[in-house]
Amino acid sequence: MNAFIHHFTFEFRTGIRNKTSLLLNYLFPLGFYLMMGFVMPEINPPFREDIIPAMVVFGILSATLLAIPDPLVNARENGVFRSYKINGIPSLSILSIPALTTVLHLVIVAVIITATAPLLFDAPLPVNWLNYAIIFGSMAFACAGLSVLIGVVSPSSRMTVLWSQLIFVPSMLLGGLMLPNKMLPDIAGKIAQLLPATQAMNAFNGLAMGKVADFSPWGSVLVLFISGVLAFGLAIYLFSWDSRNTTRRGHPLLALLVLLPYALGILLLS
Amino acid sequence: MTDPIIQINNFQKTYAGFVAVDDISFDVRKGDIFGLLGPNGAGKTSTLECLEGLRTPNGGSLRVAGIDPAREPRKLRNLIGVQLQSAGLPESITPDEAMRFFCAYHNVAPRFDVLERLGLAEKRRSQFYELSTGQQRRLSLALAVVHNPQVLFLDEPTAGLDVATRAELHGMMRELQTDGTTIILATHDMAEAEQMSDQVAILLKGRIVSIGTPMEITATGADLTKISVRTQDGSLSVSSIALPAVSQCTFKDDYNIYFSSDIGPTLSALITHIEAQDDTLIDLRVERPSLEDRFIEITKTGVSK
Repeated sequence: MNAFIHHFTFEFRTGIRNKTSLLLNYLFPLGFYLMMGFVMPEINPPFREDIIPAMVVFGILSATLLAIPDPLVNARENGVFRSYKINGIPSLSILSIPALTTVLHLVIVAVIITATAPLLFDAPLPVNWLNYAIIFGSMAFACAGLSVLIGVVSPSSRMTVLWSQLIFVPSMLLGGLMLPNKMLPDIAGKIAQLLPATQAMNAFNGLAMGKVADFSPWGSVLVLFISGVLAFGLAIYLFSWDSRNTTRRGHPLLALLVLLPYALGILLLS
Repeated sequence: MTDPIIQINNFQKTYAGFVAVDDISFDVRKGDIFGLLGPNGAGKTSTLECLEGLRTPNGGSLRVAGIDPAREPRKLRNLIGVQLQSAGLPESITPDEAMRFFCAYHNVAPRFDVLERLGLAEKRRSQFYELSTGQQRRLSLALAVVHNPQVLFLDEPTAGLDVATRAELHGMMRELQTDGTTIILATHDMAEAEQMSDQVAILLKGRIVSIGTPMEITATGADLTKISVRTQDGSLSVSSIALPAVSQCTFKDDYNIYFSSDIGPTLSALITHIEAQDDTLIDLRVERPSLEDRFIEITKTGVSK
């Protein structure tokens, strides 16, 4: 427990001390939130109702997909994991602690957004706080798992950026952050269901914000939760201590299994 | 003889068909400093990494403190300390945090005194990337010894260190040795290996080409011993003399310099000649080939004589 606390404390401090992490955990999400809050309601007044869930989801995407994978790849490439292995630091701690500290940063960001949006932008507050917290937790868990998995299977920083952007950019465009899912063409709406952001926005709308969900909101929560479990499981299974070690347990393409809950969601959720 | 704490028998390591280590065997006695020498690609790192449990051997058996590193790596963690060639710490960690962090995983109290001893007292709150190369290596070393390991693996420990820190490190190695720690020292610094090691193995292309004490290894070479002699009247220069076992001679800075393959008869003949000429010996220096000379000879020829 003592070791866990020291590891957690160090990782949490890194999230603030490291300039890139600080940017992606706090400055980028909060800066974007302020910009969108001032600009978007003028262009698209209904956006005011979505400011809180949309910007919380954006914060989660930024702090996980953009911030988690690269340090994992760099640590592996620079021999940090080898050093950890020699000193008995388990792979479970290496993968779970950055995710947990990121979730703690995200809680802070979510509290700031939720507390200030009604004052600054006249945004409505959630009507069901428990569901709001559950959906936030599920989305953070799913995205943290996905990000850790990307960090584990990416052979280099360049590939990390590619994989992360493959989820981040479509999430921004199709995930319901800027436009409601129902406004998308049918096929685009279905493809969007492969994204955690779409599932989270659907669940927020149906369970926390007092709006109507496009498809089963509890189904979305379940998809996020199962994908998170699957992502962490795959990350632990595919983890390698250093890039020169060729004895990986499975092929990196196995990581694509993480999309299975989302694909099943398209078929089963209505 | 003390029991071996490290036993290597017919050890092999290959990477996709490339043989990095080819059937080597040797033991390391408890409490020894064992130098592992060899040019780049000789198999030193593969050997160390298999002993540390970072890689799995392809053949043979390894035992470190009675434990097979590949089968029981967890048991090995508190018994060994490793200073890796690359420092292997996160960029933003401070020496204080690293000390608390690693000690917690080893279940020992933080040893900030080690940081002070290695000259890191003023850098305890600096981030790892802000430290100089030498400071990073010292931190890595401090973390390797905090849990009093039975076996300490040092990979190029003095690379990038200044003279004072290097001397401090050597003193620390001696203290650890006195306390019973066995040290495996992989280094390119032959003077360091010669000065510090009780036993040395020279690896070349995955095989051991020479093993023994530094004295034994230097004694078996084909290199000639250099004998420099200065006399009062210069009798050695005046008359040309034939000395046994001397293959070449030269004169420099008032010294007659001889290269001998067998110093006993050469020295005896020299002194007899000086006395016969009624001359007086002012200075006599005998320089054995160093471990570096021997290493260069072995790595050039690929064989140990």
